[in-house]
Amino acid sequence: MNGEQIVFWICGIFAVVGALGMIISRKAVHSALWVAFTMINLAILYFSQQAAFLGTTQIVVYTGAVMMLFLFVLMIVGVDSSDSLIETIKGQRLIGTLLALAFGGLLLGSITSVARPTVVGLDKANEDYGTNIQGLAHLIFGKYLLAFEVTSALLITAALGAMVLAHRERWEPRKTQAEQMRERTLSGHPTPLPNPGVLARNNSVATAALLPDGTQSQESLPTAFKAIASEDSASKPNEVTQ
Amino acid sequence: MTAALIGLPLLGATLLLLGGRRTNTWGHFLAVAMSASSFFVGVALYIQMLGRSAEERAVGQHLFDWIAVGTFNVPFGLHLDQLSMCFVLLITGVGTLIHIYSIGYMEHDPNRRRFFAYLNLFVAAMLLLVLADNYLLLYVGWEGVGLASYLLISFWQHKPSAAVAGKKAFIVNRVGDVGLSLAVMLMFTTLGTVTFQGVADAAGQGPSLKITLIGFALLLAACGKSAQFPLQSWLLDAMEGPTPVSALIHAATMVTAGVYLIIRAHAIFDLSQDARTAVVVIGAITLLLGAFIGTAKDDIKKGLAGSTMSQIGYMILAAGLGPVGYVFAIFHLLTHGLFKAGLFLGAGSVMHGMHDDVNMRHYGALRTSMKITYATFGLGFLAIIGIPPFAGFWSKDEIISAAFGQNYLVGLATLIGAGVTAFYMTRMMAMTFFGESRWEDGVHPHESSTVMTAPMMILAVGSVFGGLLLKFVGDIEAWLEPVTGVAHPTHPISAAVLIPVTLLVVASGAGYAWTKYAQRPVPVVAPTDVSILTRAARADAYGDAINEAVFMRPGLHLTRALTWFDAKGIDGTIGGVSAAIGGLSARARRLQNGYTRSYALTMLGGAALIAFVLLLARL
Amino acid sequence: MNPNYYIALAGILFTIGALGVLIRRNAIIVFMSVEMMLNAANLAFVAAARETGTLDGQVAAFFVMVVAAAEVVVGLAIIVTIFRSRRSASIDEPSLLKY
Repeated sequence: MNGEQIVFWICGIFAVVGALGMIISRKAVHSALWVAFTMINLAILYFSQQAAFLGTTQIVVYTGAVMMLFLFVLMIVGVDSSDSLIETIKGQRLIGTLLALAFGGLLLGSITSVARPTVVGLDKANEDYGTNIQGLAHLIFGKYLLAFEVTSALLITAALGAMVLAHRERWEPRKTQAEQMRERTLSGHPTPLPNPGVLARNNSVATAALLPDGTQSQESLPTAFKAIASEDSASKPNEVTQ
Repeated sequence: MTAALIGLPLLGATLLLLGGRRTNTWGHFLAVAMSASSFFVGVALYIQMLGRSAEERAVGQHLFDWIAVGTFNVPFGLHLDQLSMCFVLLITGVGTLIHIYSIGYMEHDPNRRRFFAYLNLFVAAMLLLVLADNYLLLYVGWEGVGLASYLLISFWQHKPSAAVAGKKAFIVNRVGDVGLSLAVMLMFTTLGTVTFQGVADAAGQGPSLKITLIGFALLLAACGKSAQFPLQSWLLDAMEGPTPVSALIHAATMVTAGVYLIIRAHAIFDLSQDARTAVVVIGAITLLLGAFIGTAKDDIKKGLAGSTMSQIGYMILAAGLGPVGYVFAIFHLLTHGLFKAGLFLGAGSVMHGMHDDVNMRHYGALRTSMKITYATFGLGFLAIIGIPPFAGFWSKDEIISAAFGQNYLVGLATLIGAGVTAFYMTRMMAMTFFGESRWEDGVHPHESSTVMTAPMMILAVGSVFGGLLLKFVGDIEAWLEPVTGVAHPTHPISAAVLIPVTLLVVASGAGYAWTKYAQRPVPVVAPTDVSILTRAARADAYGDAINEAVFMRPGLHLTRALTWFDAKGIDGTIGGVSAAIGGLSARARRLQNGYTRSYALTMLGGAALIAFVLLLARL
Repeated sequence: MNPNYYIALAGILFTIGALGVLIRRNAIIVFMSVEMMLNAANLAFVAAARETGTLDGQVAAFFVMVVAAAEVVVGLAIIVTIFRSRRSASIDEPSLLKY
């Protein structure tokens, strides 16, 4: 067993584990982390297949950019957005699993039934222009220049689209300072809300502040963390530092 | 000039129907004027015609090309020859008299204007029928008189019986009309033309089977319009219409259109012995059947209707005898038109005086209170039973004689018919004008007004002298000879024997009726313990029952079966297919459940399927 | 090493991604599953590039990455927009477009 094979088996198994972890985790954040894990393993596999540029890009673009974007959105949507495990569409899970197994079986069956005795390897292709990156550059800016230019249009469009979608129209006039003051006075809580983590055991933003009577102040938490905090407090009672 | 004959009454009908209530006060005068002017035009044309030699008397008038499609050319043309002229004078003459009579008869009817409009419409349609120069145009007139007949029978449509009678006449006439349309179509396909002249010229070359078929189709048409067996049932019910209508349409003119049709198409019948035989048989059956029905009717108009059937049977029979009989058929048609119209008008006058009661058992002894009616009716009576020198004698005797020349059985039928005619007419006479009075309470018979009696008197004069005039002054045989051809029958029995025998039969029929109904009291309510024959005659020889059993009930069942098949079979199939598709779609619709993941599942299924197929293809 | 191994691994990852799309209801996780499937395709591209000895496969994988990035941007924007109106990131929630 040579080095490549060792790398393949380790990273391959890791990648599969990561993928499975993604679909099994109840919480979206965990899923995102599992995906990142899979992608790093895939990047390693790219490296071992003489695709240094792609491996790097994989890490930078996927684990670096895309997955971070996912996490940002998760923060907006709410980290608490975990699935309930009860399937709402009748038979979806069973049929989906069976179908996926059948599909995977067919895929593997057809892949393995093809004999690929000779592997040309990329040594020559890479050396033609120096290195792998130079070879790719030659292709991208030569043979595939048009496609490359089109992707730029695609990216611009996507950026514009995201802006349009995420943009929120203001339906009412901006509140004046006087109005804000009146609301705040009338809300029954004229003073600023307590900060999270105050007097608690740790200073995470996800930890509710403790009030003088020892109860947690839900008001201190950002909206996104309220559910988590209540979940945590239900599972383990908050220890109060005396 | 010829077109004016039709145009004038048509104009009258149009004005009256479109004029509305404005014409109420003078509408009937307009109608009479139109009919009368049409008559005068007819007389003028007659005088013109007399001035020409026999060969040049027939004149045509081409008005316009009606239908011109490829080889199918139908002109809108009129053809006035000696035969048409007879009809023109009869229709307009008798028609005008009846128009005048109607002024009095319909005096109190709120819809008098409409009545006169229909009468004018009828006159126009009937004139078109007899003046057309081709069968298709004749068909137009044929349907026109059918329409007028329908409208006038059900003129008092508030009476359900009248409405039903009109509908019945219309439907039974449709059966005959199918015959006429078949005949016209057969003529076109076989002979390539539908004009009288063209058909007459080409008939000789046509295949004999087709010619016979055309003859039968024409006979069917004649049966429908002339109330001949087996399409006779409508005529008795048609008496629901006002009496002038019965006199004009259902006695004198329209019902004789069948006779006209057969004689007009004599070229066809001359070529087909089978068709002629059928015509004779139908005529013989109907003349006996009509007379038979007439013997038992207590309704004076229905009695006369039976008589009309019978007399038209004579004409049809004569027409079926071929060239020997054509002239006498027309002769009898003309005399019959005169005396039967007179009889009907007399019956109308009696009804008028008896508060519209038509039951003869409520009459009796009217000769004193309705003298003019009695006299005119009596003269008509003498004419119809064939007493010389009255009109009916001359024509009927000729038919009997010609029938004996053809076949003893047919001759015997006409002879018996003459006897029975004498019986029922004497019965009618006796029950109405003789015996003791059996009037209902509060009925005070009185003579009708002059406007009604004057036409009756004129017709009575016609009943007396019509036969003599036509035979000796008008010389009808020579007159019609260019149109129909004349053949003198071989007389196996000489006239010297036949005339006394006929008169003897007539006298015995009349005498038997006289002893039975004039010398013995007539029960006011019709006796019920009567022979089966009387019962059959009262029930119109079960014509309706037979129609009902043979046509209506199976038709009803057939319709029900078809309806059932339509509802269950066809609708079921169509409905089932659509329901199946609908149900399937409703289920397929459920696939669109809005869940993205379900769609993704379907996509994956498709992808798996494609992978599977690719794998299969490669293995 | 035989590229079949890599391609088989790609197939497994693709199948798992598809399964994730089918059974997870959180729209973000569904998106991640889609990314997983794209990555599986990339792996196959890279393996094929090495087998044939040309760099075109790698270029293709590169373009896939670009498209995936664009797709993620728009997709996540859509998720955020839906979340705003429905207060939920469940993919079953917007199911009004149906029979």
